[in-house]
Amino acid sequence: MNFKLKIWRQKDAKSKGAFETYHVEGISPDTSFLEMMDILNNNLVHEGKEPVAFDHDCREGICGMCSMHINGHAHGPEQAVTTCQLYMRKFKDGATITIEPWRSAAFPVIKDLVVNRSAYDQILQAGGFISVRTNSVPDGNAIPIPKADADESMDAAACIGCGACAATCKNGSAMLFVAARVSSLAKLPQGRVEGARRAKAMVAKMDELGFGNCTNTGACQAECPKSISITHIARLNREFLSAKFKD
Amino acid sequence: MSCFLCNSSLGKKLVMSVTGCCLVLFLLFHMSMNLVAIISPEGYNMICEFLGANWYALAGTVGLAVLVVLHFVYALILTLNNYRARGTQRYAVTVNEPGVEWASKNMLVLGVIVVLGLLLHLINFWSKMQLVEIMGGEGSTVGGYFISAHDGATLVAYTFSQWYYVVLYIIWLGALWLHLTHGIWSMFQTVGWANDTWYPRLKCISNIFATIIVLGFMAVVLVYFVYNLCGGCSACAGSL
Ligand code: HEM
Ligand code: SF4
Ligand code: FES
Repeated sequence: MNFKLKIWRQKDAKSKGAFETYHVEGISPDTSFLEMMDILNNNLVHEGKEPVAFDHDCREGICGMCSMHINGHAHGPEQAVTTCQLYMRKFKDGATITIEPWRSAAFPVIKDLVVNRSAYDQILQAGGFISVRTNSVPDGNAIPIPKADADESMDAAACIGCGACAATCKNGSAMLFVAARVSSLAKLPQGRVEGARRAKAMVAKMDELGFGNCTNTGACQAECPKSISITHIARLNREFLSAKFKD
Repeated sequence: MSCFLCNSSLGKKLVMSVTGCCLVLFLLFHMSMNLVAIISPEGYNMICEFLGANWYALAGTVGLAVLVVLHFVYALILTLNNYRARGTQRYAVTVNEPGVEWASKNMLVLGVIVVLGLLLHLINFWSKMQLVEIMGGEGSTVGGYFISAHDGATLVAYTFSQWYYVVLYIIWLGALWLHLTHGIWSMFQTVGWANDTWYPRLKCISNIFATIIVLGFMAVVLVYFVYNLCGGCSACAGSL
């Protein structure tokens, strides 16, 4: 398969970027999107040009590094997958593919397609943890947890912190990420204890870092590679408001 | 307490949700009251008299003004904030994500149309009814006729005999409908009373509620417009 790629190139955080057009040829339909990028970079190196910088790590959909905005979608047109799990057979032969970095005030571009997502780490550090040791597996199992609660907690815990939610949201809101983290702990007895403090601290950090306000569009859950539902945002709202009213 | 309502994103959203909810309830009340104008103009004028410049109607008016101003000012602050959070560099390619309502992304635009319609509405009716009473007047001259401050029915009939007011009110109500189809389920989500089981139900309730409110208002506009067009023949002369 052959593709025309329009890729955002930007030397560093301070310079002004622009789109550059590249062509890749003879790509197998079973090539993953990142492998296609590797082939492009290999060609660029052979031509003596600067390869395109992009984030990636696990290449199996669990680390959340492979941030790319492809043809208007975070992680490309396929639903519920990361860029590393996207295959070129999803595109038409000869198609033009536009690749942009995440665009959100809280995620500044560092170089080409790489953005600084440390804002999410800072939100986690503000409260996305529990302060006691839960010890080993037998201790964990000593507290029975209803199956439905465990399932909901695990659904929320599937969040990989990729940043697609804030990158997609027209309001640049990080609510889906914060909600997933708050929800996964709030549903378990070990996390419940610090629930109120956690919700307040994480929301305060999210506001401080300049993320926007959710208007319940639902664009985040449509683009989330882990299909995290906005039902968790409702839980975060509940957690936060009840914590504030108890103060 | 007071601080989180002005300095936290979720606190500000709570204000939007609560003021929005009060406005929705007011609209329901206002719409029911208007329907009386179709059934019986005399009955409608009795309501107009009842809601003249007395303490409870004035308290209600002031309360409503506060709600609208709060909702509007918070909408501006939140939307400006969101615009900044999006960053200066925009995507070159954007799409409509599946399942995302157009209204949910354009609440401010719809709200501004609602406010403009509201201003027109206040000029059309409030300034000739309650305001006249507050100023101690008896009524005002509209289109060459003297209309008493309590004669709401005649004022309605006169206003909607002009086609451009009919068109403007329909645009206004259309924007309100879109605002409400998203706003009603969204206000439940904002206070946390929603989940995956309830989203389809809440969205359905929003659509039904928004449609009932808007159709109720629209009915009065259209009935009076059509009645005026046909010149009030004997067929319906008794009812209007
Ligand atoms: C009678 C008039 C109105 C009613 C009944 C109404 C109702 C509502 C409701 C129920 C919500 C949902 C709140 C939430 O998501 O928590 C909402 C949101 C909103 N309204 Fe209104 N509204 C009205 C007028 C206005 C006006 C005049 C504006 C002015 C610009 C406006 C702007 C907005 C915006 C921007 C939102 C989204 C806020 C957010 O979700 O963060 N509305 N409205
Ligand atoms: S909620 Fe979804 S989109 Fe947001 S960071 Fe987590 S996995 Fe990514
Ligand atoms: S590279 Fe780890 S999720 Fe894509």
